[in-house]
Amino acid sequence: MSAQAQDVGLDLGRRRSGGRRGRFRWMIYAGLLLATAFYLLPVYLVVVTALKEPAAITLADTWRLPETWNWGSFATAWEAFAPTLRNSLVLAVSATAGSALLGSMNGYILSKWRFPGANVVFPLMLFGMFIPYQAILIPLFQFLRDVGLYGDLAGLILTHVVYGLPITTLIFRNFYAEIPDEMLDSAKIDGAGFFGIYARILFPLSVSGFVVVVIWQFTQIWNEFLFAVTLTRQETQPITVALANLAGGEAVNWNLPMAGSILAALPTLLIYIVLGRYFIRGLLAGSVKG
Amino acid sequence: MRTNDRLVAFLMLLPSLVLLAIFVYGFIGRTAWVSLTNWGADATQALALNPELAFVGLENYRKLFTGLIDVRFRQDLVNTFFFTLFFLLGTLGLGLGLAILLDQKVRFEAVFRTIFLFPFALAFIVTGTVWRWMLQPSGGVNVLPELVGLPALEIRWLTTREQIWQFDWNTVPAFLAAGAALAFAYAAWRAWGTGRRVRAGVHGILTLGLAGWAATGTPGVTLLPYPEPHGFNVAFVGIVIAAVWQLSGYTMALYLAGLRGVPEELREAARVDGASEFGVYRHVVLPLLGPITLSAMIILGHISLKIFDLIWAMAGADNATTDVPALLMYLRSFRANRFAEGAAIAIVLLLMVALVIVPYLRSSLKGEVRR
Repeated sequence: MSAQAQDVGLDLGRRRSGGRRGRFRWMIYAGLLLATAFYLLPVYLVVVTALKEPAAITLADTWRLPETWNWGSFATAWEAFAPTLRNSLVLAVSATAGSALLGSMNGYILSKWRFPGANVVFPLMLFGMFIPYQAILIPLFQFLRDVGLYGDLAGLILTHVVYGLPITTLIFRNFYAEIPDEMLDSAKIDGAGFFGIYARILFPLSVSGFVVVVIWQFTQIWNEFLFAVTLTRQETQPITVALANLAGGEAVNWNLPMAGSILAALPTLLIYIVLGRYFIRGLLAGSVKG
Repeated sequence: MRTNDRLVAFLMLLPSLVLLAIFVYGFIGRTAWVSLTNWGADATQALALNPELAFVGLENYRKLFTGLIDVRFRQDLVNTFFFTLFFLLGTLGLGLGLAILLDQKVRFEAVFRTIFLFPFALAFIVTGTVWRWMLQPSGGVNVLPELVGLPALEIRWLTTREQIWQFDWNTVPAFLAAGAALAFAYAAWRAWGTGRRVRAGVHGILTLGLAGWAATGTPGVTLLPYPEPHGFNVAFVGIVIAAVWQLSGYTMALYLAGLRGVPEELREAARVDGASEFGVYRHVVLPLLGPITLSAMIILGHISLKIFDLIWAMAGADNATTDVPALLMYLRSFRANRFAEGAAIAIVLLLMVALVIVPYLRSSLKGEVRR
């Protein structure tokens, strides 16, 4: 299961040796360049729009480069979005940490301390990551209101920790399944117990597992919208909600939503570019379960 | 000591189990209960801390599927159907195409891969905001042809109210029955092939029954006393394009991993047998990608059923033309405070997702348990 997902993740980076020549090779590159244009045109448009003077943004001149480069939109967007970016950061970091630590413990137990009924419990846990969250939204809203966490960032953090548990547990369970039981047995002979094994053997070997989980959870939580829009107030809004509100109003100039989009996208984009391999592993782990 | 450790292990797992039991299953149960009440029908009770709820049975569901006012929900279901169909076709088709191109030992493969996959790291809200700007009626994509001297397009991507492929809502049961008949016909054929005559006979009879019921206009079931037209809202084309832009890199990555998993010896053997490069793909490689296609369809299909933020950012939350059940649930519950109706929509949505996900979880975990 995980072996498959992880090998596959690494396989993406491997190129087979040797090469074939053909008359139609230019068509392959033409297709790839066409696709590249499709993926990058929106990026170009966002960047030039964000860099234009508001008055210079006209529909007809959409694609033209700005005549004067105006970095002011970023300053304005930064000023407008700084509090919501801070909310997103606090939210994503703490909820990621919480769900990763709990997921690691769960994965350890489900892979190395299998108990009767685990085969029933695990799928029931996993189902939680596929449900449409609309199906739990009304009771969740009531619950957070009753315990006084509605509109509070702590409520949203709790929400993301809980609904992050299935995927973090899954990834860690598969990750730990690769560690041979013999290593644990020898530690047991040395007298290590439940926590000793985790602290001395599993945890030190978990670095790349944690990287995959942290990247995945941080990206998901940073980008999330449904919980954010339902469970926060003005002061606790994450960036996605603020951006949706800003762009939703028709009157605004487009330079601000575009600069805001760039600010909202940068953290996850940087992670993707710097740690792409781990990113792909998480992506495949979240889907390849066969 | 070992038993003691086992107990510790279970106790350490317990908090997560309890949290998920409450937050997933308890809350789903609560939503299901709310959907059977009249919460929100009386505006004065709607936001009370302890609203007085009366049990109304399946009334909220009856209204959704056959009530006069809830025509919007029914169109939402149709919207979701078409959106899912084209979104899947787009992501699978483009993803497979790009993966095959990248599998041709191209230069700068890693660069291309990074470019095709980067939108996956973005929030749907960001994608939606960007593509809303791309699809402005007199700018963006529409004026792209002008850059090469062609006349501008005049497509009203997101604002058009045009609806095509219209059909009557009352024919939906017939379509569903016909679909089920096809499934049973396939099952009967499979059973016959493996020599299970009785099973094949039962499935055959079910096939004929369902087909006959559908062909005679589904007697016994009348949803509405009048014809109600529904169809494909063309405004979704732009949303499908944005969604494919965001998620086709994901299918590209899945397919590329699958292609890299095909042993070179297999391809070589086919070439030795005289297969062209096209033939190698057609007869050797593509048949091996079936399981990947199926899991991609399930993962993307359930994302598509739940699509929410992208439409919010592109077309607005209140746009009836581009509405889907996930959005309508939010509007009913948290804008109109009609919680019972919102809960009923949520349960319908959950059932649709479960229909896709539960068999998937069962089959992918079954193989593992045996191992």
